Amino acid sequence: MSRCTIFNLRALQVWAAGLALVALAGCGERPPIESKQLGYRGTGMEQNVNPRLEAVKLAANQAPVAAEEASADGPKAAQVYQNVQVLGHLSVAQFSRHMAAITQWVSPQEGCNYCHNGENFADDGKYTKIVARRMIQMTQHINQDWTKHVAATGVTCYTCHRGNPVPANVWYKPADRKYTENSIMGDLAGQNYASKSVGLSSLPFDPFTPYLLEDKPIRVNGDEALKFTGAANNNKSTKQAEHTYALMMHMSQGLGVNCTTCHNTRNWQEWTNAPPQRVTAWYGIRMARDLNNAYMVPLTETFPTNRKGVHGDVAKVNCLTCHQGVQKPLYGAAMAKAYPELLTVSPVAGAASAPAPAPAASAVTALTPATTAAAAGNAAVAAAVTKPVALK
Amino acid sequence: MAQFKPLFSLENQNLLTAVQPVGPLHDGPALPRGDWQRSGKPFLFHLLGRLGNAQIGPIYLGGLGVASLLFGTLAFNIIGFNMLASVDWSPLQLIRQLFWLALEPPPPSYGLSIPPLAQGGWWLVVGFMLTTSLILWWARTYRRARQLGLGTHVAWAYAAAIWLYLVCGFFRPIMMGSWSEAVPFGIFPHLDWVSAISLRYGNLFYNPFHALSIVFLYGSVLLFAMHGATILAVGRYGGEREIEQIVDRGTASERAGLFWRWTMGFNASMESIHRWAWWFAVLCPLVGGIGILLTGPVVDNWYLWSMKHHVVPAYPQVYPISIDPALLGGTP
Repeated sequence: MSRCTIFNLRALQVWAAGLALVALAGCGERPPIESKQLGYRGTGMEQNVNPRLEAVKLAANQAPVAAEEASADGPKAAQVYQNVQVLGHLSVAQFSRHMAAITQWVSPQEGCNYCHNGENFADDGKYTKIVARRMIQMTQHINQDWTKHVAATGVTCYTCHRGNPVPANVWYKPADRKYTENSIMGDLAGQNYASKSVGLSSLPFDPFTPYLLEDKPIRVNGDEALKFTGAANNNKSTKQAEHTYALMMHMSQGLGVNCTTCHNTRNWQEWTNAPPQRVTAWYGIRMARDLNNAYMVPLTETFPTNRKGVHGDVAKVNCLTCHQGVQKPLYGAAMAKAYPELLTVSPVAGAASAPAPAPAASAVTALTPATTAAAAGNAAVAAAVTKPVALK
Repeated sequence: MAQFKPLFSLENQNLLTAVQPVGPLHDGPALPRGDWQRSGKPFLFHLLGRLGNAQIGPIYLGGLGVASLLFGTLAFNIIGFNMLASVDWSPLQLIRQLFWLALEPPPPSYGLSIPPLAQGGWWLVVGFMLTTSLILWWARTYRRARQLGLGTHVAWAYAAAIWLYLVCGFFRPIMMGSWSEAVPFGIFPHLDWVSAISLRYGNLFYNPFHALSIVFLYGSVLLFAMHGATILAVGRYGGEREIEQIVDRGTASERAGLFWRWTMGFNASMESIHRWAWWFAVLCPLVGGIGILLTGPVVDNWYLWSMKHHVVPAYPQVYPISIDPALLGGTP
């Protein structure tokens, strides 16, 4: 047994164990992994969590402490300052508190001048100010009209921005291959490339354009056991299933959850025996689509080129933008409550809502709160205002 | 002195062979008329002898082998160059992304028509070449067995695998009327296809042919483990001379049979265990292929099919009942 040192049995076993350890280390996620039962026993309805990584995530997703409440007394901001189009109904104290909060949430390094002209705060010269105004309106719209997704918790600028002028997780249309033009080889078919957007799988790496910008059908399952039966013969292809799967991978990664958080493992399409979170998620998909079409795309002309993607498209939101790997953003901290001006769409104050000198002015005015209040038709309005760029 | 026999010895748990018989190198029997010559001078390779036979070569290539290798190499290279092109001809990225890259079939819009090379045309070319290569290799296994005076069991077992390959990449796409339903050539991408087809068709675990295929897969593993363990265990009585023991049962065979009769009341014979193993292995892709062929052309949702036919139980409702929001009309 010990004739030869390299091929000796014990040495071989040590080598094998060492190699196995190296291979395991490459997997990236060190144990422990705990599994929580979410559904009926034996059905695989479980959520896997790693308490070590969970602690890191918890520390990284804390809401800042809200500023002390400001008095509603005294003159209104619109009366004292010029060109206050959205928050003019606040008192000067409330308005100042809000501006201070926004600075803390969005541009803590850059300060007021990130959006404002230091010489004249009323000046709309900086694109960031136009965008910020629109984003305040968007936040109000989310909190007022999308309670089926954000519930009473609501969102603030901080939910996405986390101290960054541009939220860390936004999406653009992916760049093409360098040699796509006239190349007869190497078609990626929009997939087969390790992509973070789909959890490093080889699934289609842009599940956002078809589902969070356009409204391509997400569902691929049919209602009948057999083919060629039922009113709607289900003709969805396996390729479509891969696209849906890609969107779901994004959601799973974006929220740090398993499929089982929303789906019944036996029958993915079923609603009656699925966790209620699936309904919340369903509205979330529609919300992201609404925000992209009604708020982000119309700002395309407002943004400078360096803020746009390689295809000249504006930064857009997906699930990760707010959730940042956590099922309830900021672990469900009800941050928005302390900023009631963000909870409802601002009252229309006379001529105050005729803003936006940017080239996209028509699109922006067409979508001021007065019109967006017809919330049900949001997507339709947006589609009428700006035609979403077609996939490819 | 009595031989020391530990109860548990690492030697018996080892992958490597314990005995390496070395005889004079030989070419094997003379080949029938019309066959090619064998290529290569045989030699001994000790390390390979630890896994199998230490004599390497000669190899019989033949016309079928050469043609098969030619088509196979072409297919392999076309896949490789398409992968390389898809990472903008960067060899480094080819290595880094290798498991993610693929040669995709044409998009659904092309149906069964011939697409341009850039959009799945290469996939069709490779599909043809790889299939040709596999079938030529099949013919080679068949012919070599015949020329050696053997049965053709290996060829038919291999044919079962080719059946599953053709179902996934050829028969089913044709029945679905779209090349896009076929499997991409790529490591992760073909696995994603497997998941996607299961998701699309209402969970393949509810496909009874899939279930049967798993039975034969796991069954093969079980039989392989039982058989391998039994033969190793009676190795000290010459049990690895299985074929001789079919007709001239020695003490190894008797003990092996006794062991299983004592533990489970029934035992295979030296012959029957190999028939079992062969059928389990062959039935795994055979029934799997039937299951895939039904998925799409006949059955659209296996879960619903299974519920309809009471194949599986319903589980208790444990969540508050959700209603599909799409039925409630508009958003929000």
